[in-house]
Amino acid sequence: MKVASEVPRLDVQRLRADFPILDRKVHGKRLVYLDSAATTQKPEAVIEALSHYYRTFNANIHRGIHSLAEEATEAYEQTRRKVASFIGGVEPRSIIFTRNATEGLNLVAYAWGRHHVGSGDEILLTEMEHHSNLVPWMLLAREKGAVLKHIPITDEGELRLDCLSDLMTARTKVVSVTLVSNVLGTINPVREIADAAHRYGALMVVDGAQGVPHLPVDVRALDCDFLAFSGHKMLGPTGVGVLYGRPELLMNMEPFLGGGEMIREVRLDRATWNDIPWKFEAGTPNIADVVAFSAALDYLEAVGMDAVRAHEVELTGYGLERLLSLGWIKIYGPRDPDRRGGVLAFNDPEIHAHDLSTILDQYGIAIRAGHHCAQPLMRRLGAAATSRASFYLYNDRDDIDALVEALIAAGKYFGRNTRVHPAG
Amino acid sequence: MSDLRELYQEVILDHNKKPRNFRRLEGANATAEGYNPLCGDQITVYLELEGDVIRSISFQGAGCAISKASASMMTTSVKGKTRAEVEALFDRVHKMLTRELDTKVNSHELGKLAVLSGVCEFPARVKCASLAWHTLNAALEAKKEPVSTE
Repeated sequence: MKVASEVPRLDVQRLRADFPILDRKVHGKRLVYLDSAATTQKPEAVIEALSHYYRTFNANIHRGIHSLAEEATEAYEQTRRKVASFIGGVEPRSIIFTRNATEGLNLVAYAWGRHHVGSGDEILLTEMEHHSNLVPWMLLAREKGAVLKHIPITDEGELRLDCLSDLMTARTKVVSVTLVSNVLGTINPVREIADAAHRYGALMVVDGAQGVPHLPVDVRALDCDFLAFSGHKMLGPTGVGVLYGRPELLMNMEPFLGGGEMIREVRLDRATWNDIPWKFEAGTPNIADVVAFSAALDYLEAVGMDAVRAHEVELTGYGLERLLSLGWIKIYGPRDPDRRGGVLAFNDPEIHAHDLSTILDQYGIAIRAGHHCAQPLMRRLGAAATSRASFYLYNDRDDIDALVEALIAAGKYFGRNTRVHPAG
Repeated sequence: MSDLRELYQEVILDHNKKPRNFRRLEGANATAEGYNPLCGDQITVYLELEGDVIRSISFQGAGCAISKASASMMTTSVKGKTRAEVEALFDRVHKMLTRELDTKVNSHELGKLAVLSGVCEFPARVKCASLAWHTLNAALEAKKEPVSTE
C-alpha cells in the first residue's frame, strides 16, 4: 500500500477545529481521543446536516408526493450515489443501507448464504476476524451443516496465504475476510484472496469496517462480490451501514427483511419484490443519519483518502517507535506501518489492559481495552485482553506523546521504576 | 489523580501481584466459573464445604488488578464463614461498590475489604470487583452453568 509522495500533508490543527468534541476536557485534561476504530468523532458539518434535515425537510421517503418527501428522498438517494462514487464508482443500485457493517454481513450470510450454502459446503474465514464476520457464518453453518475453515495467521499477525491452496476446495462456497484487522491493524491482500476464491467459484465477501474509513478503496480493484462497512467509523452518525453487492447477485437473491418499501405488489398470500437496492431496505430506513452521512463523505473527499492514509502511516510509524522505545510494551501486529492501518494493540506485561484504560482515562486519554470482539484472535495471540490505541485524521503526534507519558505514569502507580530512553 | 491512588492502594496492588489462595483446590466439593463477557475476565472459584461452612477456598483465572485483588481478598475473608455470613458480607460489599453503604461508618463490617471502596468512583470497574463474589455465590448455590456479570 504505497502512497504517492505528492500527497499533501494534513493540516491537523485546522481539521481539529472542525470537531467540536475535541474542545472538551475529561477529568480536567485535554481529550486525547484514541478510539476511532470503535467510532470516530463527528465534524460540525455532519452534526449540522443532521439538525438541518430535522429542521427543514424531515419526511418519509419514496412514498410521499409532497415537497418535503421529495426533498428527503432526493437527499437520501444522493447519499447512495456518493457512497457508490466513494468506493470506486460502482452503480448506485449496488449500495444497500443497513444499520452497520454487522447487519451487512448478516444480510449476505442470510439472504445469499441460506440459498447457496448446503450440507458439507465450506465457508472460509480467517483467524483475525471480528465477531461480526464469524458469528453470522457460524449461524449459517449450524443451520445448513456447512463447514467453517479459517486461514491461520503468522506470529506477526499476517494471513498465511501459503495455506490458501490447501484450504480452498471445490466445496468452498464463500470466503469472507476483513480488509484491515481491528486488533492487529494488518492490511490483508484481499485481491489475491478474491482471485483464489473466484478460481474456485466461491463468493468473496469483505469486511470493510476498518478499511473503508482509512484507505482509498476501489471495489473493482479488490474484485470483491460484497463489501460491508459502517458510517460511524468514518465521521458519519451511528446507525448507518453500507453493503455493496454485485448487482447480478443482488437481483437474484431473496430478500433479507420483509415489510414496506421492499415490495412491488402484495396480495394476502404472496408478494413480488421491489428492484434493488430497495428490495433490501424494508421499512422506514434511518433517513436522517443517511442524509447526514453525506456530509461525512464530502468531508473525507475534500481531505482526500490518499492524504488520510499517508497521515495514518506517518502517525502509526511514530506511535510504534514511541511505544517500543519504552522498552516494556508488547505490540501486536506487523511492525511496518506501510502494511498496517492506524490501529495499535499493545500490552504492558505488568498492568492489565483494564487497569491501564482506567488510569489513562484520568489523563483524558480514551483507548479501548478488552478482547475487541475478536476472542478467537486473542486466544491465538495468547492475550486475555489488550489495550488498543487507534488513530484518525484529527490525531497528531501530541496525542501519541500524551499516551506515552500516561503509560509511564501508569507504571508508577503499579510500582515500576521507570528509566525511559528518549525516542529516536 | 487522587481517585487513582484511592483505587490502586498498596493493599490492592499487593494482592494483585501476590494473590492469596491462587491455586486449584484439591478436595473441592463445589466449584463455579465466572466470566465477564465485556472484558474477558475469567475466574474459577473452588470451595470445600463442610455442611454450611466454607472450610477452604481458592481461585484461579485471569483478569485485571481489581478483579484479582478482589478475588484474593474475598478468599481470605470468607474462610470459616457460614453460607449466611457470606451472603451478608457479599451484600455489604455490593453496597460498598455501588456506594449504597458509607464505608467510613461501616468499615468495621467490611474489615480489610473496605480498601475496595475506591472502586465506586469508577462505575465501569464495579463488575471487575464483584465478579469473584458472584462466582462464589454460584459455587455456593452449586450452579452448574457458568455465571456472567452481564
